[in-house]
Amino acid sequence: MGDAVIIVGAGQAGLTVAEALRADGWQDEIVIYGAEKHAPYHRPPLSKGYLLGDTPAAQLTIRGPDLFDKKRIEFCAGRPVRAIDPTSLRIELDDGSRRAYCSLVLATGSRPRELAVEGARLDRVVSLRTLEDSATIGTQLQKAENVVVIGGGFIGLEVAAAARKKGCSVIVLEAMDRLLARVASPAISDFFARLHSDHGARIIFNAKVSRLVGEAGVVRTVETADGQSFPADLVVVGVGAVANDELARHAGLACDRGVVVDDCSRSSDPSIFAAGDCTARRLADGALSRLESVQNAVEQAKSAAAALTGRERPFRAAPWFWSDQHGVKLQMAGSSANADQAALRGSLADKNFSLFYLRSGKLIGVDTINRPGDHMLARKLLDHGLSPTIEEVSDEHFDLKSLLATGVPA
Amino acid sequence: MTKITFIEPQGAKVEIDVINGWTLMQAATSHGVEGIEAECGGSCACATCHCYVEGEQATRLPAPSNDELEMLDNVAAERLPNSRLGCQIRVTPYLEGLVVRMPEAQS
Repeated sequence: MGDAVIIVGAGQAGLTVAEALRADGWQDEIVIYGAEKHAPYHRPPLSKGYLLGDTPAAQLTIRGPDLFDKKRIEFCAGRPVRAIDPTSLRIELDDGSRRAYCSLVLATGSRPRELAVEGARLDRVVSLRTLEDSATIGTQLQKAENVVVIGGGFIGLEVAAAARKKGCSVIVLEAMDRLLARVASPAISDFFARLHSDHGARIIFNAKVSRLVGEAGVVRTVETADGQSFPADLVVVGVGAVANDELARHAGLACDRGVVVDDCSRSSDPSIFAAGDCTARRLADGALSRLESVQNAVEQAKSAAAALTGRERPFRAAPWFWSDQHGVKLQMAGSSANADQAALRGSLADKNFSLFYLRSGKLIGVDTINRPGDHMLARKLLDHGLSPTIEEVSDEHFDLKSLLATGVPA
Repeated sequence: MTKITFIEPQGAKVEIDVINGWTLMQAATSHGVEGIEAECGGSCACATCHCYVEGEQATRLPAPSNDELEMLDNVAAERLPNSRLGCQIRVTPYLEGLVVRMPEAQS
């Protein structure tokens, strides 16, 4: 058995595990194998500032090149891991070589879900996950006239906003009857539908894409099941992500649309941990939570590092997320699913408001539009189990911060 | 390049020649300065790049936006009059010699 912690994956989660291990006093070897050829980089700007050309590639890199040496982290780029042998505690690399670990951390991320229709592999049908994907889309947006976005989720809508900004004609085809249906409340869905329509995008709901038709291998039109046809010189597919849990599954680890972990990032194998997009985290009520966010990557990574160094640091904080579209900042804390009451603070017309969601009188989630202060406050309230009444939320003069002063245990 | 001095929570000083146009957050994170998390990567969405700007150069900084002020209301460490978010400050030659102190906690 080796004395190295091997981390598979060099995204936000993988990097954070390595650094948190050093911060927690881990003295022995730490090795990161990244499948991509890049040093760890920020992904959120790929569908935002980087896509628009506002953020140069150099600024996406999370750490400078000498940092790995300084922290004694062996970082190997462009080295996919092919298999795990949990019995002999070894991994096998792409070239067949093997390396022993004492503990293994899977931070293999997720990949875009493929569109299962004819023509999905045509040229100029793209999805967005990597730096290269974003660079490709950014280049295509410079010359594309007609952009069809399949899927009205966050990635699709952020790309739609960028495409409109570049002057492209944009159609968003959404399979459900509202945008962001999986993650947002109907009120937020409606707000974003209006926002994108006001900026010239055409949104078509209940659109079932039936096939993509090309000429000479390049996509030309997108057809829907109801017989409509939309011209396209670029098709961006944003229909969700799939956890990269194959290594874990083949090694016999418990997986359920992701590597199943507890809130300390422990998998079903005592020597293997997992963090970030590739996981499905078991919640206190037994349900599995699949999150694809920076917060999830960072928190699970820190929990994994703590567990590896003999401490319990469960990740139980309220999930949070953000999105930037057409100059509007959406921030979400907690969840609006299963809410039985909602109250608004601020003004929809001014694009400055917060929606507070309650269930059985208890705060469960808050979505804010251009109200970062409310977002930060909401996270504190949720994490401390504090709840305003629906009347207090509805009353703009009620200072929600006062709840923290009285409610937070010293 | 503009010389900026970062002071880590434990007191260590890190002098960095920062590329003009980069933010204080980018400079600090790319050099591995302790005491900054910057989870959102510079979107003014998380308030984990809180810092205290010191020295005469701090008076040359543009005032914080409303968004930044709202985030600063909720930082983990004590908010002081010279509290800023590192991701919102772009380095220019006018800031030569600026001192940036990192707080005890970011989250």
